Amino acid sequence: MNINLTLFAQMITFAVFVGFCMKYVWPPIVNALAERKAKIAEGLAAAERGHQEKALGEQRALETMKEAKSKAAEIIAQAQKRASDIVEEAKGDARTEGERLVAAARAEIEQETNRAREELRGRMTQLAIAAAEKILQQEIDAKAHQSTIDAFAKQL
Amino acid sequence: MAATEETLTSSQYIQHHLTNLTFGWLPKDAALELEHGEHAAEHLSWGLKFAANADEAAAMGFWALNVDTVFFSVVLGMLALWFFRSVAERVTAGVPGAAQNFAEWVIDFVEENVRGSFNGKNPMVAPLALTIFAWVFLMNLMDLVPVDLIPYLFTQLFATLGADPHHVYLKVVPTTDPNATFAMALVVFFLVLYYSVKMKGVGGFLGELTLQPFGKWGLPANLVLEGISLISKPISLALRLFGNMYAGEMIFILIALLYGGSLVLNLTGGVLQFVWAVFHILIITLQAFIFMVLTIVYLDMAHQEHH
Repeated sequence: MNINLTLFAQMITFAVFVGFCMKYVWPPIVNALAERKAKIAEGLAAAERGHQEKALGEQRALETMKEAKSKAAEIIAQAQKRASDIVEEAKGDARTEGERLVAAARAEIEQETNRAREELRGRMTQLAIAAAEKILQQEIDAKAHQSTIDAFAKQL
Repeated sequence: MAATEETLTSSQYIQHHLTNLTFGWLPKDAALELEHGEHAAEHLSWGLKFAANADEAAAMGFWALNVDTVFFSVVLGMLALWFFRSVAERVTAGVPGAAQNFAEWVIDFVEENVRGSFNGKNPMVAPLALTIFAWVFLMNLMDLVPVDLIPYLFTQLFATLGADPHHVYLKVVPTTDPNATFAMALVVFFLVLYYSVKMKGVGGFLGELTLQPFGKWGLPANLVLEGISLISKPISLALRLFGNMYAGEMIFILIALLYGGSLVLNLTGGVLQFVWAVFHILIITLQAFIFMVLTIVYLDMAHQEHH
């Protein structure tokens, strides 16, 4: 219970302990705590960023999908238009071709008819002449009636 | 205790527990004077030695060392610092282990108190607070070791070496020695003085002592008031801790006196000791905490320009 040299011994001991604690104990542990705090804050920020990026990505995906859909619709519309155009064109072509064929056929028919008519006319003439010859052989001279016969023949 | 100390009276038993193991120079005339007292020895012993009783320890005067106080406080302080240092060496910002978790818990607690009470900037305050808290707590914790255990083993050890067990003293709780508490309080006091002068200058510090609270015309009254409040800081700091631990130790000793009697007394002593030990857990923690917080507050006041 006496105040003695112990007082100084204890003061020196205390000062040494505080110095040791201040130099070798406190800074590393407190630094580690601060570092962990920073790490956690960083992690939380990264998670937040991830969330935002995810939302952004979802939105972007939605937009892309919408765009693709509209593009597809556009392409389909274009294709339909093109198809109907082609059909129309084909129809037109077919019609003109038909008309052309019909016209050609008609011309040919007319040609044939004309030819037949010429032939017939020739034959008719021969027949009429032959008939008239036969008749006239009996009655009249062919040369005298030739103009009359020709006039008939031209009426055919 | 019955075997070795049955010849002791109660007051001798208490006295025995309250005497430090003191090593120092005993002058020959003091030894001669004590020879005529009740502690008469067969042959006169004087010079550099362990005090054989409380009177001899007192007669050694200032140049004596309480070996038990120094030994236990140094061992306990080194234990605390070794623990924290071993954590600091393997400290990681990743997932902490059990030891690091505990150290971080303590350090967080100390840092929170420093941040709450200390407004200045000083990298020394927090480590100082941690050292005080850990060291005072461990020294106080020695109070929970049964009062006779370590002294008994110690006297037995010395008895085998041929010493008289009745004259071998040992106090295991360093904070029941005013030397230990005053040493810490004085270091804190010197730090308060140092930082007061450093922050406010000599003039500012003297002004604080002499110009408040009554202005310059009340200078003597100011000096008395402020001087008392300044001096009372280390004294109250030291005496609060010492008084609490000394009283607690004394109660443990008084309870220990109940042992060795009838069965009822033994049982009563056991129950009382348990109850007091549980209550004492609160006291030892609280005293360590109070010492730490007051140190922080005093240093904060030293750092503030106006208080």
